[in-house]
Amino acid sequence: MTDPKTKLRRTMMFVPGNSPKMINSADIYGADSLMFDIEDSIAVTEKDTARILVAQALKSIKFHSETVVRINHPTQTPFGMDDLKVILPSKPDLIRLPKVEDVSEVELVAKEIERVEKENGWPEGTINIISAIESVKGLYNVREICKHPRMVAIALGAEDFIANLKTQRTKTGIELYYVRSQILMAARDAEIQCMDTVFSDVKDMEGFEHEVSNSRDMGFDGKSVIHPKQITEVHRLYTPTDKQIAKALKVLDAYDDAQKNHKGVLAVDGKMIDGPIVVRAQRVVDQAIAAGVNVEEKRGLA
Amino acid sequence: MKNAVGREIPEVIPGIKNKRLYKGEFAYLPEKPGAARKIRVGIPHTNKVLASIDEAIEKTGLRDGQTISFHHHLRNGDFVMKMVVERIAAKGIKDIMIASSSLSPCHDFLIDYIKDGTITALESSGLRGDLGKYLTVNPQALKKPTIIRSHGGRARAIEAGELHIDVAFMGAPACDRFGNATGRQGKSAFGSMGYAMIDAAYADKVVLVTDNLVDGAVYPYSIPQIDVDYIVPVEAIGDPEGIASGAIRITKSPTQLLMAKYAAEIMEETGYLKQGFSLQLGSGGASLAAALFIREKMEKNDITGSFGIGGVTGVFSEMLKDGLFEVCYDAQTFDMTAVKSIAENPRHLEVSASFYANPWNASPIVNNLDVVILSATEVDLDFNVNVITDSNGVLMGASGGHSDAAAGAALSIIVVPLVRGRLPMIRDHVQNVVTPGESIDVIITDRGIAINPLRKDIMEKLKGSKLPIMTLAELQALAYEFVGKPEEVGLSQDDKDIVAVVEYRDGSILDVIRKPIAD
Repeated sequence: MTDPKTKLRRTMMFVPGNSPKMINSADIYGADSLMFDIEDSIAVTEKDTARILVAQALKSIKFHSETVVRINHPTQTPFGMDDLKVILPSKPDLIRLPKVEDVSEVELVAKEIERVEKENGWPEGTINIISAIESVKGLYNVREICKHPRMVAIALGAEDFIANLKTQRTKTGIELYYVRSQILMAARDAEIQCMDTVFSDVKDMEGFEHEVSNSRDMGFDGKSVIHPKQITEVHRLYTPTDKQIAKALKVLDAYDDAQKNHKGVLAVDGKMIDGPIVVRAQRVVDQAIAAGVNVEEKRGLA
Repeated sequence: MKNAVGREIPEVIPGIKNKRLYKGEFAYLPEKPGAARKIRVGIPHTNKVLASIDEAIEKTGLRDGQTISFHHHLRNGDFVMKMVVERIAAKGIKDIMIASSSLSPCHDFLIDYIKDGTITALESSGLRGDLGKYLTVNPQALKKPTIIRSHGGRARAIEAGELHIDVAFMGAPACDRFGNATGRQGKSAFGSMGYAMIDAAYADKVVLVTDNLVDGAVYPYSIPQIDVDYIVPVEAIGDPEGIASGAIRITKSPTQLLMAKYAAEIMEETGYLKQGFSLQLGSGGASLAAALFIREKMEKNDITGSFGIGGVTGVFSEMLKDGLFEVCYDAQTFDMTAVKSIAENPRHLEVSASFYANPWNASPIVNNLDVVILSATEVDLDFNVNVITDSNGVLMGASGGHSDAAAGAALSIIVVPLVRGRLPMIRDHVQNVVTPGESIDVIITDRGIAINPLRKDIMEKLKGSKLPIMTLAELQALAYEFVGKPEEVGLSQDDKDIVAVVEYRDGSILDVIRKPIAD
C-alpha cells in the first residue's frame, strides 16, 4: 500500500455529492484524488440525500482514484457528525475537513474514525484526514493541525480565507502569498502534503496555468480542481520535462558511480553535486515515473 | 436464413422483392446494366415555370401507385414534402411511395396520409420522431416494410435501377427560369445539393420547388436545366430555423471530450495522423469534438491533410479555410458557417451522394478515406453498430453515411459512451445492425477502448500504449457493474410485423426491424 502521506496527489477533483451522473463518471478523467463534496456545493435541504448518495457510491463503485469526502464542519454546523456516521462505514480514503481552526476539531473527527475502524476491524490509518485552512484563525493554528497523526495533507481554501481578510482574488495572487507560504512551511515541517486552492474560472486556462506553475514552484504537491479539463493541465505542469528528467538521471548515475567507486567530490557537467541536489534529482525522477513517463527513454537527452 | 452478420432473415418478406442476403462488405457485384436516364424532348422557348404544385402534379401525370422522391437537405425545416403530399391527397391520388433521402420529425404529418391511404410505402435513410414510433407499432399501416438505405446505398439503388423514381420534387433555394439550381444562395440556402443530384438525374420527371426564382442566371449550379421539367415558385420551401443551425458548436461535455481526445490519440498512435491524411467526422458529440484535438496535433506536428468528406460542419470548414486540409468533398452541409464556406471557398467542393459513397461506381470518395470517426446508438461484442433503433427497438435514427464511410475508411472509429441513462451500450447483439462489425476497427468509450481483433496491425501498434485498451467483453462487464444486464426486448416473430428492412450499401439485406412486443 502506498504511504498516504507521500502518494501522488497532483489533482484533487471536486465532485458535487448530489449528482449521480458526475459521481458515476468522476473516475474517468484521471484525477489522482476525487473529492465528493457534501459541504458547500450542497444546499441545506439536500444534505441528507448527498450524504447517502456518496456513501452508496463509495460502497458500490470501484473507484481507481483515491476517494475523499468533504464533510460539513463537525462543530460549526449540525451536519458534520451525522455526515461521519453515514460516510465512514463506506470507507473513503480520506475525510476532508473544511474551515479547520483548531486541532481539537481534527481530534474529534479522528476519534470517530478510530471508532469506526475498530468496529469494522480495519487497520488503524485506513481512513485519514486532509484539512483545509480557510481563516486567519486556522492559519495561526496550522502547525499544530498539521502535526496530528491522522493528517496526510493540508489544503488552502482561498475563497473563505480572502473573505476573512476583507480583500479579493487578484491575478498576481499577492493576497494569498503569505498564507500559501505559511501552510506550506507547516506541511513540510510536519512531513505531510500541501494542496493549493481551486481556480474557479474554468474558461481562463492561461490564468490557470500561471497559478498552477506558481504554486508548483512554491512547493505545493498538487492543486484542487473543479473541472476535468483542469486535470490534464495540472498533470502536464507537474510532469518534469524530458530535459529535467535526463539531467536528474545524470546526477543519480554520477552519484551511484561515486558511491560504488568511493569517489569523493562529485561533479556533473562541471558543477559540484551534493546531497540536496541528489535528493532533488530523485524527486524529479519519482515524479516522472508517477506521471507514467518511461524515464529510461529520456536517458542521454540532457 | 442467417446472413453473414448472424441475423435471421425470413426467406420471404411480404412486399420485398430483394432476396440478396448480406455476405460481406464487398461480396456482391452488379449483374445487370444500370438504370437508364429518362430521355425527353425540350420544346424551344417553353416556359417551365408553373403556377402551383397542383399544376405540377397534373403536368407530370402522377398517378396511383407511383413513386415520388424528396431530398432531405432542408432537414427538420422542410416544407416541400408537406406541400406536395397535401395536394396529392387533395387530388385523390392514392398508393404513393415516398423515397426520400431521409425523414425528420417535421415529416410526422405523413401519419395522416398513411392512415388515409395516400402514402402506402416509404424508403428512406432513417425514420424518427412520431412517424418512427407510429410505424414501429403499426408496421401493417404500410403495404410493405420500409427500406432503410445508407446514402451511398440509395445512390446505388437509383443508379442500378432498384429504386425507380417517377417524379422527384426537389426543393431549391435558388433556381433560374431554365431550371439551373443551387443550394448556395437564397433565404433557404442549405449548401450542397448532393442527394438531390441523383434524383434529378434519374427521375422520370423532375419538379423544382423554389422560394427564390432568379430572373438572371444561377451559377455555379448543382442541378442542371437539362434534368428539370418544371419549376414551381412558392412562398417558402423551409423554415430557416430547422434547415441549419447557425454554427454547430463543439460539445462542452467532459465525457464526450474525453472520448474525442482518445480518438485523436488513437489516430496518432496508429500512425494514421500523418502528412496528407484524409478525414471524415460526424456532426455532433465526440466525433465532431475530435476536430479540436486533431487540429491541435496537426498544428503541433506541422501536418496538413489531403481532404475531408462531409456532412460538412463549420468546424471542418474552418479547418479547410485555415489550410489544414487541401479540399473538402461535401454531399451535405450542416450549418450556416459551412453553407457560407461552400459558397465562398473554391476548395470546398460539392459532390453527389454517388460520388460520396455509391459502392457501385468506379471510385466513390469514401474509398480513399483514411480515418472516419462515427457515433453509435449501441454496439455489440461483434463490433456491429446500430444507429437506427433505440434500446426499446423503436425507430429513432438514420443509417446516413455510417456504413459507407466505415466500409471505405482505412481506420473506422466509433465513439459511444459505455452507459447511457441506465443502459449499457455494449450489447451481446445490437437491436439492429446498420454497419457490420467487419467495417469497424476501434470502439472508444469513456471508460476504455476496444480494438477489433481482425485488426492485428492496430493491436500491434498500440502495444505499450498508455490508452485504456480493453476487450469489448471487459468493457461490457464494466458497464454491467454499473447498471446490470438489461432484459432483451421481445420482438414479434410474425413476418407481417416486419417494420423495416435494413439494406447494406450493396443492396443485400443486413437486418430486418421487427415490431417490439410490449409485456
